[in-house]
Amino acid sequence: MTNNTETIHAEKSSLRWAISDVLTMARRNLLALVRIPTALVFSFLQPIMFVLLFRYIFGAGAINVPIPGGYVNYLLPGIIVQTTIFGAVGTAIGLAEDLQHGLIERFRALPMSRMAVLAGRTVSDLGRNVVVLVIMTGVGIAVGFRPHGGFVNYILACLITLLFAYCLSWGFAFIGLAAPNSEAAQAMTFPLIFPLTFASGIFVQVSTMPGWLQPFATYQPVSEVAKAVRYLMNGPNAILPHPGNSVWIAILWSVGLVAVLGPLATAKYKKVA
Amino acid sequence: MSDFAVEAINVARTFNAGNVQALKGVSLRVPRGEVFGLLGPNGSGKTTMVRILSTILSPTSGTATVDGFDVVKQPNEVRRRIGLAGQYATVDENLTGLENLRMIGSLNHLEKSYVIRRARELLEEFGLDEAASRNVKTYSGGMRRRLDLGAALMARPPILFLDEPTTGLDPQSRQDLWSIIEGLVEGGTTVLLTTQYLEEADRLCKQLVVLDKGTIIAEGTSQELKTSLGATVLSLTFHSTQDASRGLEIIHVISAKPANIEGTVVELTVDGGPSSAAEALRRLDAANVALAGLTLREPSLDDVFLNLTGHKTEEESSTAEDASAKRQMRNS
Repeated sequence: MTNNTETIHAEKSSLRWAISDVLTMARRNLLALVRIPTALVFSFLQPIMFVLLFRYIFGAGAINVPIPGGYVNYLLPGIIVQTTIFGAVGTAIGLAEDLQHGLIERFRALPMSRMAVLAGRTVSDLGRNVVVLVIMTGVGIAVGFRPHGGFVNYILACLITLLFAYCLSWGFAFIGLAAPNSEAAQAMTFPLIFPLTFASGIFVQVSTMPGWLQPFATYQPVSEVAKAVRYLMNGPNAILPHPGNSVWIAILWSVGLVAVLGPLATAKYKKVA
Repeated sequence: MSDFAVEAINVARTFNAGNVQALKGVSLRVPRGEVFGLLGPNGSGKTTMVRILSTILSPTSGTATVDGFDVVKQPNEVRRRIGLAGQYATVDENLTGLENLRMIGSLNHLEKSYVIRRARELLEEFGLDEAASRNVKTYSGGMRRRLDLGAALMARPPILFLDEPTTGLDPQSRQDLWSIIEGLVEGGTTVLLTTQYLEEADRLCKQLVVLDKGTIIAEGTSQELKTSLGATVLSLTFHSTQDASRGLEIIHVISAKPANIEGTVVELTVDGGPSSAAEALRRLDAANVALAGLTLREPSLDDVFLNLTGHKTEEESSTAEDASAKRQMRNS
């Protein structure tokens, strides 16, 4: 019985196996997402609450942004960016959990691609973010968001959002691998995403913030991405301040981040198990 | 190709920049087609050895081959030939039993149709077919352990590593798992098993190695280990702990082997069972120390361990050491 390894092992090139392994891991993560109600709430319900909070409570009069169509057109593109970044936190939590439960040990003793654990995790979060974008678009339109940038630009804006969140999730992968458990992983991402999403142009104009905060809030990557996405979704006439090269800057930030965070996370993965 | 399924030569491993020595030069030769036992308390280095042999961890020094392939230089060849199941039952809680096996099958790069067939087959064999489409979260400890073993067997590996497969299981689940392991060995699988249960090693393992603090302190068949110890254990129960310590002083001269006292019970390894018992009774009677009970029994591997190391198999200090070694692994 021990010599039939040849007949049961399928033959594929190593690249095709690597892709297959990543998809297997991503599929497994997405299945888990559907099965854990709290994860579903975290992924989909919380962003909807944020939209309602800023649209009808803070945005009803407290926040004033002079933009055609009103504050809702300013808010929605930014909140979509925020939601995908929050979603990428799942990478940290999921990896910390796998490490905690010894699953990573098992994976390391399998003849699978070394990269598949990390890549599978980031790819599944990318998949989840696609769903998040669709839901958020629907919710946005329901609360009065009217994007005038055109369909192609809207898709382009979504792609930039997804790209940035994906690249950032490699940083969250590093945190997940460094954390002692999943609760700590979640806590460790907080001091990172809080300033990135709130000290940004997502909810209010940076020009209304205190002077000392403005340089950070203007040039940090999330503000740039939000600016680019808002510009693409609403069209060039509706943008404050002028978008400049924000689309290119957003792409550069994404590529730059993954170029640093990807190798960092991979090195950490090799060390931990 | 090596004659041995697993061969380790002087394998050492340190953690935390050399401060923790988990393994201090261990050599093993596991013959094909039998169960080989790695016996030892927590923190003795058993799990570290399994992690090295299953390519999860690299040795600090020394070499090891599995099915003739070097664990450091040819890890993928090794991974294609081994199955690993452990005390932590590393199955995905959020998937069903069937989904777990299919995932592992696919990550083992097996034919898709084979994966489905094999998963069904294993679920049935391990009595999990009814629970196949239930989330593993709802499984009992014994069911998880069987699923974990099933996952390790998806690719029909010729060599199986079982790291404390029955730790924490109830007696029935333990019996079930033992039968499964025996069945696998009959089918030609080589099993390297770690355990801290001497009864388990006694029942399953043809040959075994006793590890303590990262070194091998004894090896041989379980029968050999018991014979080296002496033929019989004389166990005397006294009415009080004072009587027990007095009794110990009186009778320890009967045997050259160390005696053990625990509460009101004194245990002594002796060569001639009945004659030693008579001798003990005579001496105690002469000193006017009353006995509450006396038994003669075959030595267990527990006695072997006590004899070899001077301490029992379960020690608080070594448990703490093991836990800190684990933490250091993660932080390094």
